[in-house]
Amino acid sequence: MRDITKAFNGTFANKNINLHVSSGEVLGLLGENGAGKTTLMNILYGLYRPDSGSVLINGEDVRIRNPHESMNLGIGMIHQHFMLVDNHSVLENIALGFPDSPFFFPDRFIRKKINTFSEKYGLYIDPDKQIWELSAGEQQRVEILKALFLESDLLIMDEPTSVLTPQESIDLFSIIRRMKDEGHSVILISHKLDEIMANCSRVTVLRKGETVGDSAISDVDERSLSRMMVGRDIILTFEKKPLPRGKEVLNVENLHVISDRGLETVNNVSFTVHENEIFGIAGVSGNGQRELIETITGLRKARSGNVSLFGSSILNKSPRVINNRGVTHVPEERIRFGIVPNLLIYENAVLKHHHSHPFSSIMFLDYEAVKGHAKDIIEKFSVSAPSINVPMKSLSGGNIQKLIVGREINNKPPLLVASHPTYGLDVGATEYIRKQLLQRREEGGAVLIVSEDLEELVGLCDRVGVMFKGRFTGIVDPSTTRLEDIGLLMTGIEAGEDS
Amino acid sequence: MDIAILLAVLKRTLIAGTPLLLGTLGEIIAERSGVMNLGVEGMMSVGAVTGFIVTFTSGNPYLGMISAVIVTAAFSQIHAIVSISLQANQVVSGLALSMLGIGISVLWGKPYIGRPLHSKFGEISIPFLSDIPFIGELIFNQTLFFYLALIIGFIAWFMLYKTRPGIALRSVGENPKASEAQGISVVLYRYIAVGIGGALAGLAGCHLSISYSKSWIEGIVAGRGWIVIALTIFAAWNPAKAFMGAFLFGGIFVLQYLLQPLGISPSILAMLPYVTTLIVLILFAIGKESRKKLHAPAMLGEMYRRGER
Ligand SMILES: Nc1ncnc2c1ncn2[C@@H]1O[C@H](COP(=O)(O)OP(=O)(O)OP(=O)(O)O)[C@@H](O)[C@H]1O
Ligand SMILES: [Mg+2]
Repeated sequence: MRDITKAFNGTFANKNINLHVSSGEVLGLLGENGAGKTTLMNILYGLYRPDSGSVLINGEDVRIRNPHESMNLGIGMIHQHFMLVDNHSVLENIALGFPDSPFFFPDRFIRKKINTFSEKYGLYIDPDKQIWELSAGEQQRVEILKALFLESDLLIMDEPTSVLTPQESIDLFSIIRRMKDEGHSVILISHKLDEIMANCSRVTVLRKGETVGDSAISDVDERSLSRMMVGRDIILTFEKKPLPRGKEVLNVENLHVISDRGLETVNNVSFTVHENEIFGIAGVSGNGQRELIETITGLRKARSGNVSLFGSSILNKSPRVINNRGVTHVPEERIRFGIVPNLLIYENAVLKHHHSHPFSSIMFLDYEAVKGHAKDIIEKFSVSAPSINVPMKSLSGGNIQKLIVGREINNKPPLLVASHPTYGLDVGATEYIRKQLLQRREEGGAVLIVSEDLEELVGLCDRVGVMFKGRFTGIVDPSTTRLEDIGLLMTGIEAGEDS
Repeated sequence: MDIAILLAVLKRTLIAGTPLLLGTLGEIIAERSGVMNLGVEGMMSVGAVTGFIVTFTSGNPYLGMISAVIVTAAFSQIHAIVSISLQANQVVSGLALSMLGIGISVLWGKPYIGRPLHSKFGEISIPFLSDIPFIGELIFNQTLFFYLALIIGFIAWFMLYKTRPGIALRSVGENPKASEAQGISVVLYRYIAVGIGGALAGLAGCHLSISYSKSWIEGIVAGRGWIVIALTIFAAWNPAKAFMGAFLFGGIFVLQYLLQPLGISPSILAMLPYVTTLIVLILFAIGKESRKKLHAPAMLGEMYRRGER
């Protein structure tokens, strides 16, 4: 790609960017949130057209006008925000873009292919489930399968591992390595520097839409990479002060929840979260975490059991009632449940509070207050946005996440429920959000986190509940438990006593 | 009731339901691609008048049918261009198409008012099957239109759910962005779907003028195009369910004639199909459970712009 430039409403997302990949190479593409990585890849994939610049493939100047053409040129892409049809099954979604699937009964063909593939590589997925029934991690698996089936010469992966468990990431990278050996090329976008270091042969770093670095992986280390990206040193550590557990905030007792398919996905789960405590839930996605969180925040009805906040029951209350009692929620699928993509940024910044003081009185919204609040969040959480008057959907993935987390934590809620709080955030933002979470803990707040990132859970949490097939296989103290033991619990092997 | 009368009533029901079924199948296909086309009434009117004029002048009803299909498919592309390429509001564009089509049929049909057709579609009896008592006469001794409707209905269902283009068509209506990212041309699929919708509406319209009726009557479509739109919802955008709805409403059209001897004012009876449509839609909207199952294509009526997030 040569001299690629692309501007949205006058602000540059890409400015004279050069990027090249050779065959059999894994190129890491790095940059802060909003640096222009996704935009650049969308141009290569034909979703956007560049304002200027050219794309060369095997030395030939090509004009890629739509994804159909890029697919014909052997380019495949795993999108940062899932490109899946919610109301269709996994089978239908994969058959849609797979050129070799037969005209008649494509589902039979795809089913066979999925089965052989998951046996070989361990990416398991129920082919008959509808996309809307799947958790973020499962949807990510579908995206990956979809792209791998195409066997593209050049595969673009836009943050494929942000919601995968460590084991799933390892499996994915072994597939990538095999592809590399076969002469395929891969462009990998990730905010996890260790992944980049371990799997790429070269890195290109973007900053504010411009190329600021391009070097062989042997010439850089994590520290110099983050300096290139952000312009300062970042060391991700967790500075957690020992604190005594405070009053009980959330109490979940013998909770049973039914999934969309009528199966029991949460099976007799009990735990408590206290003031001055961060409680984590670990597990491979699809083991009931999503349904558990949805029940606590009022998005789903429980079959039996109880959920209480400060001693009074909030079971099966409406989300607004629960929110008003002081429970805020960072949902796992930010686009679908976290924002209204077509509304402006400042409107999104007051979602859930728009009906109450100080943002509205009697019937009317006080736009001054609303805008002030939005500016406040944007500044505090360094959301990079052209202005607060643009639709939410024009923000980059990481910046959307920052705004949601900012919105939910800014009012110092007694209980913050967050699924994948640092999903898609760059190192700088990850550091900041983790600090914020720890600060909530010190101030006496209770925090409940679901994450696939074990390191994050272990670093942040005072206790971690491990979920497998809807049950807690253990509640452990991460400071005294080895990571491997938590890993075992995640596969259903129970180690022993609770802490 | 006498068995012969029952047979006659049921047969009239199937005949009256045929244009509704054809129109509904067309609208289902168009709406599955995400394009709402409220121009069915206009398209059926164009199909009716084209079919009648060509049959009247050429004396060949088959030629009339084919020209009705072609002309109406072309007519429907006005809606496609305006709403897909020019990105105008689909509701407005569809309503405009209806008015335009009704106008065209009045204008073109003026010289033919009251003129009878000499060559019409006769009944075709299927060998052997038509010999079955009752059923044979009811189902296997019908006009070409009836058989076509059944065959097209089956093909539409099969294509939508069992083939790759069918998956693509439904995906385009559910999530055009994801479909585009998978290499599917959203615009092409939508144009074709609207065209098929137009072709089937044309077929439905000319059934009224060259098979169902004996001469040209102004306003021959008489609101059936609007009923088709209600039936599309009633069928939950599924061709298999369209059969039931279409023939049920066909029955209501026939009911008018059955109830007339009872002394009910014909004007009130003429309201029957439309009142029923309203009642059905209200009941559908009230039933919470059914609303969940209703399941309209997620992006129905929304325009799609390429290169946006
Ligand atoms: N369709 C669009 N309309 C308006 N602005 C856009 C659009 N797409 C991207 N942008 C802007 O371009 C910039 C780069 O966005 P991009 O999504 O490429 O960032 P990114 O590097 O992928 O970030 P992240 O790590 O958060 O995913 C952002 O400031 C974003 O607001
Ligand atoms: Mg991105």
